[in-house]
Amino acid sequence: MTTALEITNLRKSFGQTEIIRGVNLEIKDDERHAVIGPNGAGKSTLFNLITGRFPQTAGVIQLHGKDLSGKAPYEINRMGLSRSFQITNIFPKMTVFENVRCSLLWSLGYKYSFWNMVSKSRALNEGAEAILEQINLTARRDLPAGLLSYAEQRALEIGITIAGGADVILLDEPTAGMSHSETDYIVELIRKVTVGKTLVMVEHDMGVVFGLADKISVLVYGEIIATGAPEEVRANPRVQEAYLGEAMEAGH
Amino acid sequence: MTDTAQTSQARAQGGVTLSAALPWIIAGLFLLVMPFIFQSNSAITIMNQMAITIIFALSYNMLLGQGGMLSFGHAVYMGVGGFLCVHIMNWEIFGSLPLPILPIFGGIFGLILALIVGSFSTRKAGTVFAMISLGVGELIAACSVIIVVFFGGEEGISGDRTYGLPFFGIEFLTQIEVYYLIAFWLLVSALLMYLFSRTPIGRMANAVRDNPERAEFLGYSARWVRFYSFIAAGFFAGIAGGLFAINYEILTEENLNLHTSGSILLVTFLGGVGFFFGPIIGAIVFTLLQTVLSLETELWALYVGALFVATVMFFPGGLSGVLMMHGTPIKLGKWRMLVKPYIKVLVPAVLCILGLAGFIELMFHARHAAIGESEMTLFWTTFDHSNPMPWIVFAVLALGGFWLARKGSPELTGAWHEANTPDEVSE
Repeated sequence: MTTALEITNLRKSFGQTEIIRGVNLEIKDDERHAVIGPNGAGKSTLFNLITGRFPQTAGVIQLHGKDLSGKAPYEINRMGLSRSFQITNIFPKMTVFENVRCSLLWSLGYKYSFWNMVSKSRALNEGAEAILEQINLTARRDLPAGLLSYAEQRALEIGITIAGGADVILLDEPTAGMSHSETDYIVELIRKVTVGKTLVMVEHDMGVVFGLADKISVLVYGEIIATGAPEEVRANPRVQEAYLGEAMEAGH
Repeated sequence: MTDTAQTSQARAQGGVTLSAALPWIIAGLFLLVMPFIFQSNSAITIMNQMAITIIFALSYNMLLGQGGMLSFGHAVYMGVGGFLCVHIMNWEIFGSLPLPILPIFGGIFGLILALIVGSFSTRKAGTVFAMISLGVGELIAACSVIIVVFFGGEEGISGDRTYGLPFFGIEFLTQIEVYYLIAFWLLVSALLMYLFSRTPIGRMANAVRDNPERAEFLGYSARWVRFYSFIAAGFFAGIAGGLFAINYEILTEENLNLHTSGSILLVTFLGGVGFFFGPIIGAIVFTLLQTVLSLETELWALYVGALFVATVMFFPGGLSGVLMMHGTPIKLGKWRMLVKPYIKVLVPAVLCILGLAGFIELMFHARHAAIGESEMTLFWTTFDHSNPMPWIVFAVLALGGFWLARKGSPELTGAWHEANTPDEVSE
């Protein structure tokens, strides 16, 4: 198995404050990797560094062996990495169908074309319909995305994230703010759409984490204190002390 | 599954469907017969002005409505395109150039300027873009008195369109010939701008407008998407400039300045930025107000300003937004229940506005008319402003209309709500 994402000695400071303090992480192809940790541990910052939203202060991030430093988000996306956001990030005024179709444009090679009509492309329209089918939003196809329910918007965001065919998918708290049944639904959806892909997710819900992940990393104050299979991490005394004990008590 | 797949196939294959082409065919026929309905020279002059404004407003909406870029300097792209075309009219080569292709040169020049300005102004949207557009607009307007060779200083540059190569024997001596030239370009430009909005780059312009960050994580650089929209808008503004040059045969500093840039924002917003046809409505209404109303009253700009403020405050979707709001009641077959409440509110509202306008006109006349000239004509009646009677009539109209409109409005609100709610049975 080859390495999809490799992070070496990553550091990030905002002014005087160091948020990420030397993170090392290796994520293999087809792995489902969860990053957990208490609030303010730097999980979202880590995601923002990987996806080029912020520049790192030091360290190296490699996607399939290629260095990502200095690359803009759109360049990183073109290299096969896609992400969702903690706060729903879709195109609210466009229809659900348009949302998905836009996310297919680049990967189908349309680039900045002004000589193709989007409505005339079968690959584009059928591709978008297929994604809608996968995320069960076919019935909502012509509604402005901003009018969908919260859970539907999250599902749409996952659809947009995977549509471009990226093989490394980063999901930032995909089940945040959801009811139990909605969470179960989204977990199933994630499982379904990430088959054969590398998944990295930040998540608070321990049920989701232990249900989905093959491997878990625990991030505390900008450092990874443990990485391993769910059972190993659960048994790790440092993790229990730092975080898991209270979170698991709260979760059950 | 098969159902949706089939419809999408039908959608994808169909070629040019009749329903898609129909509005354009109707628009073409409409442009063709308009001069037969309105035959007077002044009507054709107004229509020419309208058509040029429509192209300009549609081009502006590529930025504002489609791309989410608020520009305060769009006049310069139309202006420089127009200036170039007037210069070409004065060159030797113009004798071997048919006039109808002249606007292309305006378009190309507008595009080149947009290419230069866009390379740094489209980096960010929002306030940064707006401020740069304002700065560049002022800069180029200031150039009109500095680079006299090109902009002709204060007198501007004038030319003569009839020196061009006759086009199938047409020399464009009359307004009606120019009308058809402009109408042709209006149809072509509007169609191209519409098609642009259906291309991948046009769709991504909407995406970047809604959420630039998300677009970046879909593989698109928000900046490049804005840049392409910007230069396309520059091209069509240049076309409008070329048509302006043909129609008026003179361009001055006025074609570049902030006032022109501001009024196209007003036109576009009035018509509505949310729909493709919004700016068309805006340009028609604005040109009518500007030409017809300005013949009737010196205070026309006040009324246009009030209309603009009212639009921004109460109908942010503009006139097209108001029209499209009625889509749901019509689809539900319930629009008839709106007719009566509409009459109950709109008739008094119109009376109120007329009363208010009459009152303002009276006041203006009483304050500013030459001494001894107390007679004035308003709404086809002549009266004396020192007579208290017209004052009372207008005051009663304004207050009474307002009171009646207020009284009718709860009923309208109720009917509106009712007309937009589907019947339980049909669900």
